[in-house]
Amino acid sequence: MDFLSILSIFVLAVFVGYYVVWSVTPALHTPLMAVTNAISSVIIVGALIAAAAGAITEGGGVSQWLGLLGVVLASINIFGGFAVTRRMLAMYKKKDKKPAASK
Amino acid sequence: MEHAVAATPAWAVLAYLAAGVLFILALRGLSSPESSQAGNRNGMIGMAIAVGTTLALHPTGLPLIIGAIAIGGGIGWVIAQRIQMTAMPELVAGFHSLVGMAAVLVGCAAYLNPVSFGITDAAGAILAVSRVEMGLGVAIGAITFSGSIIAFLKLSGRMSGSPILLPGRHILNLGVLAGILVLTGIFAVDAAAAAGQGPLLWIILGLSFLIGVTLIIPIGGADMPVVISMLNSYSGWAAAAMGFTLQNTAMIITGALVGSSGAILSYIMCRAMNRSFISVIAGGFGAESGGGPAAGAAIQKSYKAGSADDAAFIMQNAETVIIVPGYGMAVSQAQHALREMGDLLRKEGVSVKYAIHPVAGRMPGHMNVLLAEANVPYDDVFELEDINSEFGQCDVAFVIGANDVTNPLAKTDKTSPIYGMPILDVEKAKTVLFVKRSMGGVGYAGVDNPVFYGDNTMMLLADAKKMVENIVKGLNGGGH
Repeated sequence: MDFLSILSIFVLAVFVGYYVVWSVTPALHTPLMAVTNAISSVIIVGALIAAAAGAITEGGGVSQWLGLLGVVLASINIFGGFAVTRRMLAMYKKKDKKPAASK
Repeated sequence: MEHAVAATPAWAVLAYLAAGVLFILALRGLSSPESSQAGNRNGMIGMAIAVGTTLALHPTGLPLIIGAIAIGGGIGWVIAQRIQMTAMPELVAGFHSLVGMAAVLVGCAAYLNPVSFGITDAAGAILAVSRVEMGLGVAIGAITFSGSIIAFLKLSGRMSGSPILLPGRHILNLGVLAGILVLTGIFAVDAAAAAGQGPLLWIILGLSFLIGVTLIIPIGGADMPVVISMLNSYSGWAAAAMGFTLQNTAMIITGALVGSSGAILSYIMCRAMNRSFISVIAGGFGAESGGGPAAGAAIQKSYKAGSADDAAFIMQNAETVIIVPGYGMAVSQAQHALREMGDLLRKEGVSVKYAIHPVAGRMPGHMNVLLAEANVPYDDVFELEDINSEFGQCDVAFVIGANDVTNPLAKTDKTSPIYGMPILDVEKAKTVLFVKRSMGGVGYAGVDNPVFYGDNTMMLLADAKKMVENIVKGLNGGGH
């Protein structure tokens, strides 16, 4: 892919992000931060490439270990981010059907 | 394996695209609590696809990689289970720092082993455009890392939350920022850098770590909602920059989503404080505490103090109570006792609602999560603009651990540092019950709050949790 098509994807994705995020209810802004945190760990893709390619490239030892460290850090974030988001979202409950007699 | 990325097969390109779309759906799900859990699952599936695809494309060195995922995943999972909801702001800041560091590591690895990333030309030199992306990605990643570490230290109380003002900090920061940009430019045209040699990237890296620290230390504790959102945004842009380097659509889409998400949250937080993003980032807000004329006059004014039993009696005999929580509720962990109080009042036939100011707490949505943790149904919790008109008709406004967000000076006093900030109109309620630790401290902005001295205000001076627990006792004992 050339630079311009990538740039196009990027610009369109910024607009998608803009409209999607404005539609997020303010009550869920903390889970929003947690989940964006988790998905931004997609940076793990780069770390995986470094770790995998470093293993077979001559002189790739340093970049392999940098990649592996990146994989560890990003994995903390992926598992931690999604799990904590799930934990938070599970707490948001609607009012019980039988009303607690609010007036 | 040469030019591995450039030769990405079509199925893999589509898989990364699918991952990107699933991430969009993950955020889309957060438009309501009902769809949010499905959204989160979409995010996990997207991540699994992205990781699986990458491993399928690069099936070497697997044992170490799987070990690394297991270690990181295990740590992350345990943290997520153990963390207290009140500690969510520092957790998010900590997680941001990891994304930043991962971006730095990926950028450095790509610089050291460019062939594997498919970013070299026929002669083996690193492409100039890739060097720009790499320089920016490493710089943003490093700023995200060190900035988030400072935010983490401040939020977790390991470092004072008050602003630390270096002399000439604006010049210093602008100078360092200019240095980073200029060096990135040189990095793109330098012949040694193209061959993967020379110190330029490491200097950029060092300067970026430095500016991350100097940018965040002058920013005070209550401005942290903006800082966390901003660092959230940076972590996205770092991922996007790396996505450009790797020509990976999943990374680019995610980076753009996260980048705009953080930027929008920063904007919402700034708007809720009526301050410009620049003034928040410049820092130092609230550092000159007690400087305002109102603060000096505070000591002489008289106020009415009440007991927990008084508060219980007043609320029992009210028809409507609106509870206004703030950061103080989080600090004293009063949310569970508060919900119990609300339940008891409901049993007495009192209508109980919760009103949340956008900047209450230390991160966007902080209060909502704590109330949800305490089993307060989310349809009892209202945002500022949805509930503000109801204070005029309500019998009791119960303010717990909030201060600046209820200060009517924001509407009237043009000299006040919080002038123009939208506030919750608690002073319009028939009675204001104001839970506060003591009369000594003024809010974060260093401004006294006239509500304390209002004729219709009763101050409940105690630790928030103890006070609410005593009110609960009063409601139980003093029932009809």
